[in-house]
Amino acid sequence: MEILGLYNYWVFIVLLMIGLYTVMAKPNLMKKLLGLSIFQAAVFLLYITLDKIEGGTAPIIQADAIGQIYANPLPQVLILTAIVVGISTLALGLAVVVRIHEAYGTIEDDQIQQADLRE
Amino acid sequence: MSFSSQLPALQIVVPLLTAPIVMLLRGSSLAWCAATAASVMALCIAIALTLSVQELGVLSYAMGGWQAPFGIELRVDALSALLLLVTTGASSVALLSGRSSLARDMTEGQQPLFYAAWMIALAGLSGIAVAGDAFNVFVFMEISSLAGYILVAAGPDRRALPATIKYLIMGTIGATFYLVGVGQVYMMTGTLNFADMEVRLAEVTAQKPILVAAGFITVGLALKAAVFPLHMWLPNAYRYAPHIVTAFMAACTTKVALYVLLRFDFVVFQGNLSGHMDQYAGFLAPLAILGILVGSAVAVTEHHLKRLLAYSSVAQIGYILLGASFGDIAGLTAAFTHMFNHALAKGGLFLVLAAFALQVGGLRMLDIAGLAKRMPLAAAAFLVTGASLVGIPGTAGFISKWLLLSAAIQQGALGVLAAVVVVLSSLAAVYYIWKVVEQLYFGGPAESPATPTPAASAGLEAPPMLLLGIWGVALANIYFGLFPGFPVGLSESAATELVSHLP
Repeated sequence: MEILGLYNYWVFIVLLMIGLYTVMAKPNLMKKLLGLSIFQAAVFLLYITLDKIEGGTAPIIQADAIGQIYANPLPQVLILTAIVVGISTLALGLAVVVRIHEAYGTIEDDQIQQADLRE
Repeated sequence: MSFSSQLPALQIVVPLLTAPIVMLLRGSSLAWCAATAASVMALCIAIALTLSVQELGVLSYAMGGWQAPFGIELRVDALSALLLLVTTGASSVALLSGRSSLARDMTEGQQPLFYAAWMIALAGLSGIAVAGDAFNVFVFMEISSLAGYILVAAGPDRRALPATIKYLIMGTIGATFYLVGVGQVYMMTGTLNFADMEVRLAEVTAQKPILVAAGFITVGLALKAAVFPLHMWLPNAYRYAPHIVTAFMAACTTKVALYVLLRFDFVVFQGNLSGHMDQYAGFLAPLAILGILVGSAVAVTEHHLKRLLAYSSVAQIGYILLGASFGDIAGLTAAFTHMFNHALAKGGLFLVLAAFALQVGGLRMLDIAGLAKRMPLAAAAFLVTGASLVGIPGTAGFISKWLLLSAAIQQGALGVLAAVVVVLSSLAAVYYIWKVVEQLYFGGPAESPATPTPAASAGLEAPPMLLLGIWGVALANIYFGLFPGFPVGLSESAATELVSHLP
């Protein structure tokens, strides 16, 4: 029961590992960036999980709801910032990949390395 | 509210607001002027902050009037001041002297965008140094890193692009690890402010999550700081970036990550995790020693000057980490002084390489043979800054190596072993610097430059601003070697501050 209760944390770890594995194992730069995105998304889940309080609602104060429990808004704000950082990283990474494709004609890491060795 | 009390915020705001202005300016000269002016202004702010820190102690600034721990706190102490001086100083010197070198690496239209990215990188690096809470450190770290990737990708060689993507992937993994660690500390304490974390962690009874957080944070920041064996992104990023960018980055980016690592570790974890000092020293000291040995050994065998100096940087990061892993005032003082002195030496060396690159096509050993005859001033500056890197008495590098050795010997048998490693690696540094100097002064006559630059045809060995910058840094290396009072004093008060957090 306790293991099931930590369901979100298990998903966090699995996503983190899927992301890290993809970054390390795939030679295709696009797949590497996708893996990086999954890796970051896992952390978003961690933060969102830790702000949830059982029975808590969205942290907006309402006049008629006295004694209402609210979810912690701070991790939500933090993760909004982290999402922006993640998007910027992905956008920049994709832009670099486009330029790599223009310069090398490929986005496979091993082929790029071979092309560099030939120079 | 007097003007001087706003300085911690201005340190970030000035370069950050200059970035969009620079981007909108058309014409590279105007953009360069604005960026350089902002950078010099940031340097002046850093100097003013350092003076008031020396006088008043820790400066705290409540962003928007919201008091810590609920508001965002900017906090400047001796260690932040040292970092600010290094970052803004490196940026200012590199921008002042790098105009002609950068103009060769990029088209006219790219330059305003490049300078804008530079300003954002500077804002991020300064932000890390002044931020007083863990999450703002993450945001500023990513701001500076994202801008840093752009700066590296601006290199003229197409191989800059794979180097950038490698740097981007490694850097993002490092930052995400840091974020996981911060999340776990927040989970256990409900705060993000460093000072508040230290207090509240004392009440936390379950130590396991904190230990895991310490692991995530240490590994993530070690990746950002290029601690061996996580340095794989560094050599190519340094090699293919524009030369001036390398000079700027080599002087500060890795040191800023080390700063966060030490601050987090000493302020937050050391006092609250039982036996953490042993874990911390036991993890970092072997990596530092391996980094020193491997970095020096690879530098000895390298034939490309920029890669040679990049691997030497891996070894130098090892020195800083080794000093820090002793965990006492003497070791930390040596580490912080070495941050300052290594920035002077390595920044100077990379600037000299930028001058060389304007004259000859490449920067391999063969390309620079006999170059001292054509560029006596730049070659002499290489000799001076190289001597500082090696640690010849009379230069800045000697002071920090001396401090490091005396701190190591106080540590007993293992410390003596570390001292032997430092001496061995210094001998390796003598060899690889001498290899370059020999080639410069006694190598065969260099072939005529592939593309003569305007400066060369005018009879000057390098653009006057670049020469001025190089010699400014070289003389600073000698000055701080003869009068080390200022950096050592600042480092000592920073070390005392950190050690006071130990249990």
